Amino acid sequence: MDLDLSPEDQAFRDEVRAWLRRNLPKGRRGRPGEVEAGSRERIAFLKDWQRRLRAGGYVAMGWPQEYGGRGASLMQQTLLNEELVRQRAPALIGMMGLQMIGPTLIDWGTEEQKNRFLPRILDADELWCQGYSEPGSGSDLASLKTSAARQGDHYVVNGQKIWTSNAQIADWMFCLVRTDPAAPKHQGISYLLIDMESPGITVRPLVQMTKDAGFNEVFFDDVRVPVENVVGGEGNGWAVANTTLMHERNMLGSTIATQNLFESLLRVARATPRDGRPASRDPAVRRRLASLRIQVEAMRYHAYRGLTATLRGRRPGIEASITKLVTCELNHQIAATVLDLLGPIGSLYRGSKHLVDDGFWPYELMFSLGLVIGGGTAQIQKNIIAQRGLGLPRGK
Amino acid sequence: MDFALSEEQEQLQSQARELLARECPTARVRKIMASESGHDPDLWRGFAEAGWLGVLVPEELGGSGLGLLDAAVLLGELGRAVVPGPFLVSSVGAVVALREGGSRAQQRAWLPRIAAGEAVATLALAEPPEPRFDAAGVAARARAAGASTRLDGTKLFVEHAQLADLVLVAVRRGGAGRGAGSPKQPKGPKQPKEPNAAGWQGVELFQLPATGPGIEVERLVSVDETRRPCELRLAGARAPAGARLPRGASALQRVLDACAVAIAAESLGGAERALEEAVAYVKVRQQFGRPVGSFQAVQHLAAEAVAAIEPARSLLWYAAWAFDARPAEASLAASMAKAQCCEVYRKVARTAIEMHGGIGFTWEHDMHLFYKRALANASAFGDQEQHQDRVADLSGF
Repeated sequence: MDLDLSPEDQAFRDEVRAWLRRNLPKGRRGRPGEVEAGSRERIAFLKDWQRRLRAGGYVAMGWPQEYGGRGASLMQQTLLNEELVRQRAPALIGMMGLQMIGPTLIDWGTEEQKNRFLPRILDADELWCQGYSEPGSGSDLASLKTSAARQGDHYVVNGQKIWTSNAQIADWMFCLVRTDPAAPKHQGISYLLIDMESPGITVRPLVQMTKDAGFNEVFFDDVRVPVENVVGGEGNGWAVANTTLMHERNMLGSTIATQNLFESLLRVARATPRDGRPASRDPAVRRRLASLRIQVEAMRYHAYRGLTATLRGRRPGIEASITKLVTCELNHQIAATVLDLLGPIGSLYRGSKHLVDDGFWPYELMFSLGLVIGGGTAQIQKNIIAQRGLGLPRGK
Repeated sequence: MDFALSEEQEQLQSQARELLARECPTARVRKIMASESGHDPDLWRGFAEAGWLGVLVPEELGGSGLGLLDAAVLLGELGRAVVPGPFLVSSVGAVVALREGGSRAQQRAWLPRIAAGEAVATLALAEPPEPRFDAAGVAARARAAGASTRLDGTKLFVEHAQLADLVLVAVRRGGAGRGAGSPKQPKGPKQPKEPNAAGWQGVELFQLPATGPGIEVERLVSVDETRRPCELRLAGARAPAGARLPRGASALQRVLDACAVAIAAESLGGAERALEEAVAYVKVRQQFGRPVGSFQAVQHLAAEAVAAIEPARSLLWYAAWAFDARPAEASLAASMAKAQCCEVYRKVARTAIEMHGGIGFTWEHDMHLFYKRALANASAFGDQEQHQDRVADLSGF
């Protein structure tokens, strides 16, 4: 047991901190949902930010050098991510490409696919979105119906995707389609790369309860996709998609974001009057703060434990599900606590007078509820923990 | 960065699990808890031979000289097996008190015997009418009486006082109890102030035998029958010169932090085992023609328990490690671990009973052993709210 960094890792973190001191944009820092709600100017700004990071060598550090990465250790990737989140750096707009499709192509892609796509992912020249969920296929993803029928050297895609984050700004979609309607449901699926400029694609924004329009419905009407855009071979999409999910190893980042959120709560508690003194002096509030802090700290050390297990070469099991389940709920509870502290002020929203933190807290309360559902609902995470973790039998 | 148990700790864990599965199944737990003493000398000898009783005793005094994380590994296993007996108060609480607060002579007199299983020690901290495990809870008095010291007061929840060879009693010099005002300083040799006794100024720690003139012990009956809490009444008990621990006040917070971590570890072990039993049961118990564990309502109860236990375990490891490696963080970490792990135990023990259905409510089934242990652990060494308040204070809220 040791929480200290090795001298090399310490040096790396110092290097990152020094770089961020010189390069972190002044003014408004990153915040949840900034890509989804981003104006054209903000999107351009975020692309520039990614390019600046890339020039510093801090994008896709874990990729092999031949594909433009640094082959960095998981520890150093984690340290970088930790610093970016801790210093509230602007969002990495190419995240979907860098974390999901890029590593998947490195594992499964043809040389042509790698050469065609990876450089543009690194430079944020092409942004990606993920086409998984459908109106009838949410938690039961493998029941998806969007079809891709082979016609010569093309597939013809028909169907609909939903909850597609950032489809409105994406250049490409990695998409699960059914190429063999006769095969058992997991086996008839292929992993297809679709140019969002293709004729026959319609993107319709869905306005969320936050009033942002960050996710979308995407309709496919006889969309022609070249067969060379299949990743990992026809009918192999389920296996490829599972590797994509394995690349989501952002556990430590998410727990630091929760620590940031808790720090912001503490600021509000100290600044908000209650019975003529700061709310943070009220015994009931203090207990609530303490209870949240304990849970936040537990997740911090839990992330260290998960990181150590990964560094020791253990495959992540149900750890990701535990982290997702607990962290999303914790974020929601932190926001709920702030709203309780603010009283009626907490019910004011964008555009109003008397806002606290520009109306961030009611936004965060809603946004964090979305994350309890998105990326595998809390209930699906519990199924995974019970069935894969504890070996309980699946229901009929 | 390496946040995991070491290979040696994992070995210790599996050895302890094997030994306890063999030597202390719940049938033996029930036998021990039905006995007057609540203690099994044969089992205790086995613990001594395995080196457990001296886990925190320095090597030169006959122990293994290990850290609190190692002790926490053992306590997790003792908690899993709901083992009765004074391990926590004797081999953790009293050992830390003597190690960090005692004179060389006191250490030499007791630590080798505790490690060898020849002596049992316990702690006398909390008092009526508001039993609490902190400096504010100490009102018992120490007054100079010639060369010796006269002790008066009542202590509660003195675990296993009936069989203890040594009781470590927290008292207040001159008797400035809660709100008692400032007493007259009695005559007699002045005790030097301790520089590191923040919050514990004026409190002293004495070692006493559990029997003798002016000392009375009475057993209390706990809902957790594996426990032997006692009331200790001191009425003019004489502590001879040399019975005072020279650094007692500065050791007390360390003792409480160690006990908080220890009981957190024991609780988490119990929670883990209770859940395992419940999961095994719902895999075989059939209703509506299928195992009840295939129903999501049941699965989600189990999953929530896992999602509560695992982060708490990470917090516990940190707190146990920090106790030795990062003393400046140790108190905050201990309070966080205590508040969280004991609460998790309560919830999981309850869930485990629900997962068992009616059978889980019977005396015959073992589930109540865990449930009652969880209930008593929740308030031992400070309840959740006290530790939350402490977390708030130490966090500077």
